[in-house]
Amino acid sequence: MANPMNPFQVFLAPIGRSTLSLLAAIGRIAIYMAETLSHIVRPPFYFREFLHQLMVIGYFSLPVVGLTAVFTGAALALQIFEGGSRFNAESVVPSIVAIGMVRELGPVLGGLMVAGRVASSVAAELGTMRVTEQIDALVTLSTHPMKYLTVPRVLAATLAMPVLVAVGDSIGIFGGFLVGTSRLGLNPAAYLHNTVDFLNSWDVVSGLIKASVFGFIVALMGCYHGMNSGRGAQGVGRATTNAVVSASVLILTTNYLMTEAFFSS
Amino acid sequence: MTEPMIQFRDLHKSFGSNHVLRGIDLSVNKGESMVIIGGSGTGKSVLIKMVLGLLKPTSGTILVDDKDSKAGDRDAFLARFGMLFQGGALFDSMPVWQNVAFRLLRGALKRPKEEARAIAVEKLRRVGLKEWVADLYPAELSGGMQKRVGLARAIAADPEIIFFDEPTTGLDPIMAGVINKLVREIVTEMGATAMTITHDMSSVRAIADHVAMIHDGKVRWTGPIAQLDDSGDPYLDQFIHARAEGPIEAIR
Ligand SMILES: Nc1ncnc2c1ncn2[C@@H]1O[C@H](COP(=O)(O)OP(=O)(O)OP(=O)(O)O)[C@@H](O)[C@H]1O
Ligand SMILES: [Mg+2]
Repeated sequence: MANPMNPFQVFLAPIGRSTLSLLAAIGRIAIYMAETLSHIVRPPFYFREFLHQLMVIGYFSLPVVGLTAVFTGAALALQIFEGGSRFNAESVVPSIVAIGMVRELGPVLGGLMVAGRVASSVAAELGTMRVTEQIDALVTLSTHPMKYLTVPRVLAATLAMPVLVAVGDSIGIFGGFLVGTSRLGLNPAAYLHNTVDFLNSWDVVSGLIKASVFGFIVALMGCYHGMNSGRGAQGVGRATTNAVVSASVLILTTNYLMTEAFFSS
Repeated sequence: MTEPMIQFRDLHKSFGSNHVLRGIDLSVNKGESMVIIGGSGTGKSVLIKMVLGLLKPTSGTILVDDKDSKAGDRDAFLARFGMLFQGGALFDSMPVWQNVAFRLLRGALKRPKEEARAIAVEKLRRVGLKEWVADLYPAELSGGMQKRVGLARAIAADPEIIFFDEPTTGLDPIMAGVINKLVREIVTEMGATAMTITHDMSSVRAIADHVAMIHDGKVRWTGPIAQLDDSGDPYLDQFIHARAEGPIEAIR
């Protein structure tokens, strides 16, 4: 046992160590999530904070999500047209743009953009509050940081994301429409007709459910990493990075899992 | 009135291998002003944070009103305290008056906005700040002004027990005098129990009923302010006379 590690162990040890720390992190995040959910249903509820976060997280993310959507829709139309023309199927452009936007690209790209904007700012804000003892001060003023800081942000993001993505979907489809009718010579009336005909309500609803889950993930990661920020400016910087990275990775993984659950029968 | 309000019993606290507190035994009487002195980094701030549950002791107990500080309803417990943080810890997302009136704007003590603001302005006046400061944001204030806003916030809800972590650091001598007088008034007029950390010896003499000196993780000396000068303790003497030579090493 006192032997030095053999080469095989030298190779395995770091893998084991990082697996353990990953599992520990997942456990901590799961506990934090359960705590957040339990505080959502117990009073007091800070309604003003919630409204404020709805503004900050939801409304102010509109430009980012809208811009992402319009260019994605436009690029998608070009690609589908080019691909479809190889077997004389240019008429699929409207329906594929619509389905692609609504089911997949709207929520995922919207989620990733909001992760960059919101998870980072939430983590930096709460991390700074942690470092400057503002979170301790909250506690001494009989205010639960979880209820006052985490719950309003998580709830606001969960509710605002579907709305943001619904707007983004429409803008993305409109982007496809603009390119399709002006650059690719598709008939505007037929384009709209095709879009509406092929899109069913489950396409839309599944995308909005995804959006809601992504909103929850983004705010939860921002709050978790911010609240547990290390000391000093460096600690806050690391918390911010970790929030964005973990939110993005979780969005992509849960997106796959939800797609699997929703569409593979 | 010699009933104890806060009692520390064999309290230990370590951060990893850093054993900050190594068995604190101390008693703070009801309605009295206790001043804690001791070198920088000896764990004075840590000590009062543990009373409020912001940090957990490694071992030992803290009794407040003869009840374990960890037991019972946390909201009711915290409602009895006011705390001035060493760094101010003002909420920079809200204007000064909302910081001061934080407790009065939500929760059990909630009252109408105008009333809360009026109380905030009155508390600001007591710490020597004029009404126009009320609508500024903490980031727009000087360090000493922030400290005084923190002080106003600590006393806003008229708590029974107040902790002041270095209330006069960074203030000019006149303002320090005003704050010393205020702390004294809070104890004598409102009957509050106060625990003040300070490095300022004139503050100690102005504020204290009792003094405790922390050194090496333990209470080195404690006693009434009247005995401060003839304690016969070389550590305490070195500290209060600010001598570089003595039993306390300058590099710790
Ligand atoms: N959250 C923490 N994590 C790790 N170490 C800490 C933490 N808080 C305090 N310490 C350590 O505990 C020791 C005592 O810190 P504390 O802030 O109580 O000192 P202090 O007596 O208030 O000093 P000062 O007079 O300079 O304010 C220091 O060595 C500090 O590094
Ligand atoms: Mg301190």
